Amino acid sequence: MSETRVNKKSMSLTDYAIRYGFVALLVGLVVYFSVAADGFASPYSAVFIFQSVAITGILALGVTATLVVDGFDLSIGAVATSALMLSAYVMVVMEQSALVAVVACLLMGALVGLINGFLIVQMRVPDLLATLGMMFLLIGLQRIPTEGRSIATGMSLPDGSTAAGSFSPEFLALGRHRFDFFIDNLIPVSVVFLIVIAIGIWLFLEYTRYGRVMYAIGSNQRAASLAGVPVKKYKIIAYMISGVLASVGGILLAARLGRGDIASGNNLLLDSVAAALIGFAVLGAAKPNAFGTAVGALFVGILLQGLTMMNAPYYTQDFVKGGVLVVALMFTFALSNRR
Amino acid sequence: MAGIPIKIRGLEKRFAANRVLRGVDLDIPAGKVTVLMGANGAGKSTLVKIICGLYAADAGQVELNGKPFAPTTPSEALQAGIVTVHQNINDGVVPDLDVASNLMLDWLANPKSAPVLNPRKIRRSAEEIAAKLGLNFDMNMMVSDLTLADRQLVAIARAMAHEPKLMILDEPTSSLSASEAERLFALVDKLREGGVAILYISHRMSDIRRVADRIVSMRDGTIVGQYETEPLDYEGAVNDMLGHTMTDVDITVQKPGEKVLELENVQLKPESKPINLNVHRNEVIAITGLVGVGKTQLTEVLFGQTAAAGGTVRLKGESYTPKSARDAINQGVFLCAKDRGTNGVVQDFDINRNITLPFLSSLSTLGFVRRRAEYRITNEAISKLGIVCQSANDDIGTLSGGNQQKVMVGRWLSHPSDVLILDEPFQGVDIAARRDIGTKLRETAKDRATIVLVAELDEALEIADRILVMAEFTIVGEHKNENVDVDLILEQVSGAAAPQDLQEQKEGAAR
Repeated sequence: MSETRVNKKSMSLTDYAIRYGFVALLVGLVVYFSVAADGFASPYSAVFIFQSVAITGILALGVTATLVVDGFDLSIGAVATSALMLSAYVMVVMEQSALVAVVACLLMGALVGLINGFLIVQMRVPDLLATLGMMFLLIGLQRIPTEGRSIATGMSLPDGSTAAGSFSPEFLALGRHRFDFFIDNLIPVSVVFLIVIAIGIWLFLEYTRYGRVMYAIGSNQRAASLAGVPVKKYKIIAYMISGVLASVGGILLAARLGRGDIASGNNLLLDSVAAALIGFAVLGAAKPNAFGTAVGALFVGILLQGLTMMNAPYYTQDFVKGGVLVVALMFTFALSNRR
Repeated sequence: MAGIPIKIRGLEKRFAANRVLRGVDLDIPAGKVTVLMGANGAGKSTLVKIICGLYAADAGQVELNGKPFAPTTPSEALQAGIVTVHQNINDGVVPDLDVASNLMLDWLANPKSAPVLNPRKIRRSAEEIAAKLGLNFDMNMMVSDLTLADRQLVAIARAMAHEPKLMILDEPTSSLSASEAERLFALVDKLREGGVAILYISHRMSDIRRVADRIVSMRDGTIVGQYETEPLDYEGAVNDMLGHTMTDVDITVQKPGEKVLELENVQLKPESKPINLNVHRNEVIAITGLVGVGKTQLTEVLFGQTAAAGGTVRLKGESYTPKSARDAINQGVFLCAKDRGTNGVVQDFDINRNITLPFLSSLSTLGFVRRRAEYRITNEAISKLGIVCQSANDDIGTLSGGNQQKVMVGRWLSHPSDVLILDEPFQGVDIAARRDIGTKLRETAKDRATIVLVAELDEALEIADRILVMAEFTIVGEHKNENVDVDLILEQVSGAAAPQDLQEQKEGAAR
């Protein structure tokens, strides 16, 4: 009996560490950088951090939806770069408006999610393999229309003529416009998107029956199914959410770059998966959650911005990200499994 | 080889507060098939796990050929000549290797074996192993291409290479067809002639009749009956195992209301005999029978997991063929599934979320769950069933088994239904919780038809107005729960009584 009591006491301490360890680390980092790095504690620096994580954060929120149903989506990075190329192609080569480009990208994302879901649910391909296959397919597909070249205004087409279309100003505004917020031209559109989407996904997962049911599927698919949950439908929906959000990320990236650059977006997949997995550790959730994902993305952004301002060389960035991810996963699995 | 290779004396084992084995004494003689019978939770598998080295006993001892024997690992038991063939056939074979490699698996796994494989030598040794049992396999065939029965035979042949003193077969026929099982029995006969002591665990009466030399019944952690004189007393063994003691719960049989559910010539398997059954409002029927006689298949048909092989089901007079659980729930048929750990409880959820999961669409506005409405329902269920907890937000994993089961039953009682099916609702539940659940089910039974599936006769007697007996995927007996002829039920459960004229019984029940 006495043994259990001792256990309980030390458990509550561990619980405390699980719950607030990561948040404490985040606050500690902010304080440290504010003191150590000149100019870290300024609104511009904060906005820069937000902007740097906006696109990966949006993608990470999509992955979170698939993680909730105990799935995984490796194709998000490829969906985002495909959206980047598609929007450029629609505007520059097909000479369509910004609206057409955006709608085409969103439809493409939804379609890819639908196919992913179909492969996983109906064809019973394991999620990692199905979305890995989709990733390769998309990386290849996005190069075919332009024969492997990047898309820019005034580029020469395969048939020798010059592309007549261009990125419309409305589209570019998605990447470049800044809203006034106490200070003129402070908040970029992408940050607004991130905040709105994060709140939306958070509400969806925590407060709607759809989110509730998705968590039930992730925890015990069979029990959920016997409670009358249409498991297949919800899994497909999760992959469609992931696909659509990835295409939103791609649109924002295209609008920021102003060209369909074949080589950009290489890091999107790893960064956003890392953010979603780091999110497991936030507040001791030990499960995928929207709030954790957003904090996870911010955490990486703050760390990199701080290190950069302290003159850490750029090539150490991936190492730092990897380190954070490994520590966060340790937090989540080693500590929370003891409960 | 003759004599008694295995002698078990005073074996005890407890898990926390739960005494699983309470002094087991058992001899397993060579050259005979000893059938071990017992309901779920009687302690059969714990006993087997101690003999084959997975658990250590708390007290008592096992003697192997006169010497004390307490293996600490399964491989130690294997070296000593204790061979176990598990219920799950694929536990015994590696599907992605060929037959020869499977037969030689122990040699391959042995660190002392030669590091380089000689395929020809392996094949020759494998053929020798198979030949000993008179089996003829294509050694190059992948095990994944074999039928389940052949895989089982490969697993047994491999086990036989150890020249076992005791072979334990744990429900070996549970996934085999009748003709496949017959091949297995032929092999068992061969082993018996070879003087191996065989411990055969099974629920299937037809198997037991075919192979048993002696029957041992187990209940609540002790051996309660041993039968070895011909002819074997099968009903006696079943009676021991189910341990019927006149239950002290008093049932006042209710007058059945209007007919809700109607099964007409429903076949659970293409070759099984049809089932005809009417279920009424204000009536609790219990369907009893051994494990594997089709009770769960019946729930699957009624809850939309599988289609019946034949016949029609009508719900409130209209044809009823649910396509999914959702479909069944929408039409007013609820199922509280068995094995709550895998089929019922959502481990990551609290009590509230577990209870309201099936009914979220009626509890939300524009997709947003109405917190107040759902907590009202949950708190109602908590007080109605007496669920012991701090609050509706307790994680389900923190509750005892009985309370978890109450949550599951409370879930399906929280909304009105036309037909409520409960599959083994008393599984892993202590006696107090069992009484609570039973009372609550009867109290609320007025406006619906309630079907409870239980293997233990006692449970049927203390909950039902009407008891049906299933065997071989059909209903073989029907009894009104008043002055029940328990012996007749036991005969029907064990398959001894020829299926009786149900029409006659039905009239008897209606009187």
